[in-house]
Amino acid sequence: MKVSLIIFPGSNCDNDAKIALEKLIKAKVNMVWHKETSLPKTDLIVLPGGFSYGDYLRPGSIASKSHILFDIIKNGKKGTPILGICNGFQILTEAKLLPGTLTRNIQLKFICENTYLRVVNNDTIFSSRYNNNEIINIPIAHHDGNYFAPDHTINELEDSNRIIFKYCDKDGFVTKTTNPNGSINNIAGIVNDSKNILGMMPHPERAYDPLTKNIDGTKVFTSLLDIIL
Amino acid sequence: MKAKIFITLKDDVLDPQGKAISKSLKNLGFEGISDVRQGKLIEIKIDNDNKSKVFNEIDNMCKKLLANTVVENYKIEITE
Amino acid sequence: MSDYSEIEIKTSDKKAEDLGLTKSEYQKIKKILNREPNFTELCIFSAMWSEHCSYKSSKKWLKTMNFQNSSVICGPGENAGVIDIGNGLAAVFKMESHNHPSYIDPYQGAATGVGGILRDVFTMGARPIANLNCIRFGDPSHPKTKYLIEGVVAGIGGYGNCVGIPTVGGETYFNENYNNNILVNAMTVGIVSANKIFYSKASGVGNPVIYVGSKTGRDGIHGASMASAEFDQTIESKRPTVQVGDPFTEKLLLEACLELMKSDSIVAIQDMGAAGLTSSSFEMASKGNLGIEINLDKVPQREKNMKAFELMLSESQERMLIVVKKGKEKEAEKVFLKWELPFSIIGRLTDSGNMVLYKSDKIVANLPISPLVSEAPEYDRKWKRSKHYTQNPIKKLEKLDLKKNLIQLISSPNLSSKKWVWQQYDHMVMTNTITGPGSDAAVVRIERSDSALAITTDCNPKYVFGNPKSGSKQAIAESWRNLICVGAKPIAITDCLNFGNPEKPEIMGQIVESIEGIKEATEVLNFPVISGNVSLYNETEGKSILPTPQIGAVGVINDISNIASIIWNENELIYILGKNDIELGCSAFDEIIEKTGISEPPTINLKQEKKVGSFVLNKIQEGLIKTCHDISDGGILIALAEMAINSKIGAKIDHPKLDTTPLEWWFSETQARFIVTIPKNQKAVLEKEAVTQNVPILHLGIVKGNTLQINKEMSISLQDLENHNSSWLPDYMNS
Repeated sequence: MKVSLIIFPGSNCDNDAKIALEKLIKAKVNMVWHKETSLPKTDLIVLPGGFSYGDYLRPGSIASKSHILFDIIKNGKKGTPILGICNGFQILTEAKLLPGTLTRNIQLKFICENTYLRVVNNDTIFSSRYNNNEIINIPIAHHDGNYFAPDHTINELEDSNRIIFKYCDKDGFVTKTTNPNGSINNIAGIVNDSKNILGMMPHPERAYDPLTKNIDGTKVFTSLLDIIL
Repeated sequence: MKAKIFITLKDDVLDPQGKAISKSLKNLGFEGISDVRQGKLIEIKIDNDNKSKVFNEIDNMCKKLLANTVVENYKIEITE
Repeated sequence: MSDYSEIEIKTSDKKAEDLGLTKSEYQKIKKILNREPNFTELCIFSAMWSEHCSYKSSKKWLKTMNFQNSSVICGPGENAGVIDIGNGLAAVFKMESHNHPSYIDPYQGAATGVGGILRDVFTMGARPIANLNCIRFGDPSHPKTKYLIEGVVAGIGGYGNCVGIPTVGGETYFNENYNNNILVNAMTVGIVSANKIFYSKASGVGNPVIYVGSKTGRDGIHGASMASAEFDQTIESKRPTVQVGDPFTEKLLLEACLELMKSDSIVAIQDMGAAGLTSSSFEMASKGNLGIEINLDKVPQREKNMKAFELMLSESQERMLIVVKKGKEKEAEKVFLKWELPFSIIGRLTDSGNMVLYKSDKIVANLPISPLVSEAPEYDRKWKRSKHYTQNPIKKLEKLDLKKNLIQLISSPNLSSKKWVWQQYDHMVMTNTITGPGSDAAVVRIERSDSALAITTDCNPKYVFGNPKSGSKQAIAESWRNLICVGAKPIAITDCLNFGNPEKPEIMGQIVESIEGIKEATEVLNFPVISGNVSLYNETEGKSILPTPQIGAVGVINDISNIASIIWNENELIYILGKNDIELGCSAFDEIIEKTGISEPPTINLKQEKKVGSFVLNKIQEGLIKTCHDISDGGILIALAEMAINSKIGAKIDHPKLDTTPLEWWFSETQARFIVTIPKNQKAVLEKEAVTQNVPILHLGIVKGNTLQINKEMSISLQDLENHNSSWLPDYMNS
């Protein structure tokens, strides 16, 4: 699988994502600098985590106006899978490839911890190897992961099964107390309406190695192996 | 010309920073505070004397980059 | 300050004094120059000869420390120290203080502290792989404490998280002696190819001097002299001198420097830290025995009408000075343009031996480099030995309640969980954190390899106050033990010596004795100091902080399949390795329960440390021991509680001599002890080997169930333990 991994000034999980992609799905990873105007031939686009442009103005806002975004948007609309993790998710919302926005965590603090997620929909190319309602544990590390969208958007996301992951407790209950950042309906990850673009705040690329005692993020990557190209 | 852009959160969007400020002000003994909303101010100097052109230009900037209209409102003030 | 027009201002004793120079230092300057210095020149002297840059009070004693073992590639004197870690790689590390700025503006002070230490490490060509932070605050009841923690923790996180370096450990500590003078000591560890290390020694007359990074503003002017003065009540008015950090630019600078270092362009590189352009240019030229010419008009400037002295002393952050090979300017420019960083050729190396500064085509300073460095003042300050306390006799308390005392200790500010702090730090980015915050030592894998580094920071300032020499030895011994606890071979340390005003003989005495202790411990343990920093004048209105020689230590794990952790497993047998005794002087138990005041801290027997530690390390490396925790603050019972909480499994302790053991035994802080657990079928092996090697071993009990139970004396559920341990800090911060 050929992967384009986009690097913005301030990306800092690019190398982590590269290693995960190489190890888990033997991807050939092209590191694409944000000033490029077109992507190499690609089966998957990954927008990694980090603090593109220092999170200045709004997280992801400046990166979403980079040259390379034109081609990413074009590819995304054509159906190329796009995975945006953390800052990548923020960039996808700023680029309007995904609805809503990610605002400051409700506690106003950066938070880095393992969180339980419930796989709400396994019928996507990113979640097919999980079971529906499987409870998994993936770390978050962000200051602005509080998902917000107007009511009608939330309803639409819920109705069309476009919420993929929700924060929950270890038994799978999705409640206010298990919401780490204030996201509406405990939303941790969503897809676009054609379901080829996933944005998620938790970091699956930090959860595949038994050495770091967490492997629950693996299937976000390995699910992609089942795409019939 | 100089433009001031005031960016504020829409009324229906929770503003945890405003809430924290409000709590802190109350702790300091300030009374009668019913709400605090925090926003940002951006100042832009622009070489153009045509006020309405400048306004349109800035409005465009707001839509394209400066404000996130999903959650934010903006107000533009042009001064000489 | 900005009203001074540097050329016209006549210098004088008074002016020199305003800048922190003494009369005799001013006389010395006139003698070196054979004339009166102009104002710019005087400012340069004042910065270079400040305590912060010149170590004038401590140099005499620092020189006596132990800097060498077979792993050391580069000791003190460079931006950071370097050790060989095998496989062609080297680790670069250092710890540095940012105390005063963090008190004035906790967010920015702490953030720029992280930025500065990161630059010290990547300046040497290393990619930073871990940050640690030791933060010490005043009494929790002090009105400023909460605000300071909030800001410092957010600042450390805000910077390190953005640059993308995991913060994997550190310490958070409270004591009223830090009420008006908190400590923020930041440590960074980086990795570099052992044959690709960059140094600050300039060479090659005619080679261009390049400035890259943020533009220069008026921030932080006289920061170096501020770090060298006592605090007083006017401190709030010093706010404008605090620098603002820009972690985004730091990240770009990091990537740009490492990218340029891959080519063969750089001759020497130095970050602009304390005393900014002054000290960086002086150090590079001085190490190379060369002169340097700088055209100040070429320095990228953020503000208008900056004076020469402002440009030379500014401590604007995220700036580097680089000497490149002549002809390689374009190559450098290409890299810096890619990363969108301000870049300028500001000067060149000369053979004059002088630093010559130009501004608007005029010479504004002309100083001989070598005398300015070699004749920098060095003081043999008066000092007196610290008061010697005796061990407190153990008071036989009427009724000691083991459970109540355990709860009191484990929920006390210093022993309670610091998760509230470290969950604001990204401790996982780079995906190599095998063991993160909240353990004896952090373990960070070396990317794409089977080896790892272990890193810890330690100091118990109460011990050091009780006995500066043995307390300092203890800090090193504890860091040594903590590395062993995870299965790492201890290699070397960095130190950050935080003390009060060295002009007071009793404070100078603490410094001298502390250095004596560090010297002895590093020699016996073969655990040298390879970098460090001294922070003096940590006093407010005449009251000193507790003497705090903060130690940061690094060890190597060659095979990550044999690491140990604090986590124990059901049905394993629990042992203490090391000799048990009852020593409660300066203990947590004494501070919280007995309250007898300062007394002699636990004795340190370095040979015993070495014997027990080496035994434990061996058994971990052999794969026999997988669970290990050292006994430190709070003693055995606290260590057991920490293991139970972290493992989420309880223990049944049936130490046979319980009836005859005073309850204080459980809280004794006697050194050189480890708690280990092993599977039942290894019982004979461990016991036999310990006896053969003459290492005291005591069987305590078994890992089991969901309570921590000490014979019939006490039982507490894991849930209760965890709640008592985890709630103090968040409750305090939310109150």
